[in-house]
Amino acid sequence: MEINKDLVAASSTPIVLAILAEGDSYGYAILERVRQLSGGRLTWTDGMLYPVLHRLERLGLVEARWEVAESGRRRKYYRITSQGQAQLADERRQWEAVDATLRGVWQALSGPQPQGAGA
Amino acid sequence: MTASLEEEIGRWRSYLHRRQAIQPVDVAELEDHLREQIAGLTRAGLSADEAFLVAVKRMGELDALSREFAREHSERLWKQLVASSPDGSEPQRDSAMAFALAALAALLIKVPALFGLRLDADTGFYARNLSLFVLPVLTGYFVWKRRLDLRAFGWFAAAFVVAAVAVNLYPLATGGSTELLTALHLPVALWLLVGMAYAGRRWNEVGGRMDFIRFSGELFIYYVLIALGGAVLVASMALVFQVVGIDIGPFFVSWLLPCGAAGAVVIGSWLVESKQSVIENMAPVLARLFTPLFAAVLIAFLATLLWTGRGIAIERNALLAFDVLLVMVLGLLLYSTSARDPRAPAGAFDVVQVVLVVSALLADAFALWSVAERITEFGFSPNRLAVLGLNVVLLVNLAWSAVLYAGFLRGKASFGRLERWQTDYLPVYALWAAVVVVVLPPLFGFA
Repeated sequence: MEINKDLVAASSTPIVLAILAEGDSYGYAILERVRQLSGGRLTWTDGMLYPVLHRLERLGLVEARWEVAESGRRRKYYRITSQGQAQLADERRQWEAVDATLRGVWQALSGPQPQGAGA
Repeated sequence: MTASLEEEIGRWRSYLHRRQAIQPVDVAELEDHLREQIAGLTRAGLSADEAFLVAVKRMGELDALSREFAREHSERLWKQLVASSPDGSEPQRDSAMAFALAALAALLIKVPALFGLRLDADTGFYARNLSLFVLPVLTGYFVWKRRLDLRAFGWFAAAFVVAAVAVNLYPLATGGSTELLTALHLPVALWLLVGMAYAGRRWNEVGGRMDFIRFSGELFIYYVLIALGGAVLVASMALVFQVVGIDIGPFFVSWLLPCGAAGAVVIGSWLVESKQSVIENMAPVLARLFTPLFAAVLIAFLATLLWTGRGIAIERNALLAFDVLLVMVLGLLLYSTSARDPRAPAGAFDVVQVVLVVSALLADAFALWSVAERITEFGFSPNRLAVLGLNVVLLVNLAWSAVLYAGFLRGKASFGRLERWQTDYLPVYALWAAVVVVVLPPLFGFA
């Protein structure tokens, strides 16, 4: 199943912010978490995550710091800011509204009037 | 990790480095990602080579990635001039020196005021000496910057002293034409000294002189920009102070204008020096833009001349207009050549260039022809001699350039010969300017 590009782009901000709300993380681990959460259905081109992270950093929703990882390499870690938390809460309300609307429609379609193809 | 994998990663990294929108820190971040991905894939059982290929593939197309980065960091596509780079103290010392010398030039120009010479009253003195306040300081800056030895410093100092003595010993008539000619030609002659300091030990190389030509063009553009900025500053200042009933006019004329104009020469030079590899040179861009337009105008002029059979109405100053025209054409030619890769084959733009030069030469030949017929009628004056001399000097330069350029178009000569001719010819201009300053005034009784 291929998820449409606009949908991927629109959902990237809440997904990244939510994963960072679980705890500080870095690019590769964030992508792994996305793969795990979506059961492999939501796939991003790896490189594209970084411009998104940089945009969030510029907007002040996350902050970055360089650390030396256990592998000995320097690694850039991201942490969600309080402004990011607020943004995440806002995004969550919006997505829940969309989700609730869609659920209602799906139910209406498959619920009381089963005169369609499946009946 | 094997050596070949490291090599592969190194190559991938260098591809990323070439992208302007992706900066070294981003490359480090992406590389960390790539290595993590490879490690994960190898743990899952892939060989190092396979893991590398998959990891690179998952990272995404470089073009698309670079576009995404550019969208997020659009400022990176505009090269920024960072005057003082954080690493290394050399640029900082350089800027400190430049600002100190700019202040010195600004002060020097006010020194005569201590002896009661006023800018608005003693115009003759200032007209003669203006370049002598600024250009020695600029030369000093380059002597310092190029680390020239004491002997070179002595030579430059001696040359400036000789020029100062010669100009001030002559009893030039106030408001006379020899005075005006001196004011116009002395800076040109002294500019050669600046060039010799600028090029330093490379003065005798084509490359060194070409750099000086590029420097001069950029400095001119920067100077105009700084002057425009200064004008805006002065205008706002005048408006603001007008509110409290203070007229800044006198302050502007006696302090701001002379000091600013003198200091800006040094600041402009320093800017050109520090940005030369950061920002595209502007003069060649303008030259490329205007070469076809000038060529079209000249061809239209020649066609009109032939069509109407009208001779050039020779007034006393007609030749001056053609001098200006030739200077423009020479500038276009110089700055186009300065930006051209000498090894590139001849193209359409080169043809336009030759058309431009040849049509300018034809137009000038018409003008010279008409002047020659009536030269005895007019008689010689210092102005006419200076204008005629400059015309001949320019004509020789452009004519031989046209011959060499045509040879290059036909594949008979290399482009390097044209460059060599242009740079070799530079001192001739300074020499002619020196002749006008030194020989002409006594010839015409300092009129």
